[in-house]
Amino acid sequence: MRQSIIQWFRFASPQSFYPLAGRMIPWFWASAIAFGIAGLWISFFVAPTDAQQGEGYRIIFVHVPASWMSMFLYLIMAFWAGLGLALNTRVSGMMAQAIAPTGALMALLSLWTGALWGKPMWGAWWVWDARLTSELILFFLYLGFMALQAAIDDPRRADKAGAILALVGVVNIPIIYFSVKWWNTLHQGSTINLTKAPSMAQTMLWGMLLMALCFWMYSIAVALTRVRAIILERERHTEWVKHALE
Amino acid sequence: MNAFLATVRRDLLLALRRKSEVLTAVFFFVIVTSLFPLGIGPEPVLLKKIAPGILWVAALLATLLGLPRLFAADHVDGTLEQMALSPSPLGLLVAGKILAHWLLCGLPLVLLAPVLGLQFDLDASTLGILTLALFLGTPLLSLIGAIGAALTLGVRGGGVLLALLVLPLYIPALIFGAGAVEAHIAGLDAGGHLSLLAAMLAVAAFFAPWATTAALRIALE
Repeated sequence: MRQSIIQWFRFASPQSFYPLAGRMIPWFWASAIAFGIAGLWISFFVAPTDAQQGEGYRIIFVHVPASWMSMFLYLIMAFWAGLGLALNTRVSGMMAQAIAPTGALMALLSLWTGALWGKPMWGAWWVWDARLTSELILFFLYLGFMALQAAIDDPRRADKAGAILALVGVVNIPIIYFSVKWWNTLHQGSTINLTKAPSMAQTMLWGMLLMALCFWMYSIAVALTRVRAIILERERHTEWVKHALE
Repeated sequence: MNAFLATVRRDLLLALRRKSEVLTAVFFFVIVTSLFPLGIGPEPVLLKKIAPGILWVAALLATLLGLPRLFAADHVDGTLEQMALSPSPLGLLVAGKILAHWLLCGLPLVLLAPVLGLQFDLDASTLGILTLALFLGTPLLSLIGAIGAALTLGVRGGGVLLALLVLPLYIPALIFGAGAVEAHIAGLDAGGHLSLLAAMLAVAAFFAPWATTAALRIALE
């Protein structure tokens, strides 16, 4: 038991995590491409044309996985940040910092594709629907996290301050989500109901799941690549980095 | 508890010797709410409809304006470090500072809101709900804002960054605060909104001083 704990903490050191991440990255890229090709093939060629929405609905194969990822990534980011704060492991903070830009990208992608889908379907780029609004707020939370980390020069302090912000954000996300939802039902502004989606064909579900896996693999690969860069930047004064770059 | 009251008293005394700082945020609140009718037009029906939202957004911004002052001066002259070293728990002292901040920045807004509400043609019972909602909501703003103020302490571009961090977290307070008034205007019961606001205040009163203390300790390292 003691042995296995030591094994896990071995990778909490940047020096041993750096080569491990380097070995994992090609596998995640390869699976991202494989899932992506399969998912796109199903979503463009296999999935039937929707009876109500025509071909335009196919954007959900990107939109839905991007929305899922934007939410998962915030949780994962907060998990790493909290771990870093509790155990004082350096790589955890770096992981949180590496995940944030990908999470923000996913939130933006989800908003953007949502707008592209909304224009032909609802006739509006944007409606103040509960889901759209909370996704926008999630995007703001990512921006706040990144801005705070960028503003603090000392990386250790940046990690810890970011960790507190991420944890406060995680506590607030459910509160924000439900308040926005109730706000929306109180106002009854739009008559569009997103929650009553027509039952999905089996192939559509498969396409979406494959695309979600592709997005997962892509996010992990990009986050690991970014964390390698952060490790090199922060550990540039050490001997092993000088050897690693030779 | 003595340390708590002493901190409140000290912060109030310090602020009252430089009254202009406190009054600036209050006048900001008055000016911002007066700008909206000028921008939108003097139609009473429209103004009455958007009044709760305007007053609440202005209250958020006015609170935000006072937040950088919460810890900055004590951080610069080293008082904050002495507080961290003192035998009383830092969380208690921080809670005292937050209470003092609310008394200086939040309470004036609560007291002014009915007067400003008259400009928007709100009737007496609506003004009562508005005041009550702000009374429950502004401490919540001070509590959440304190976390942001502690995180951005001594950081480059702290003021703008603070807005970016704190404003998304203020959204629930805005929704339920303005929602209570709107529900009352629409003839519905505002009790649900006010209860939720009070519930959030209770949660924040417990957690926010604690998170603020953690953030301050990081800033002091």
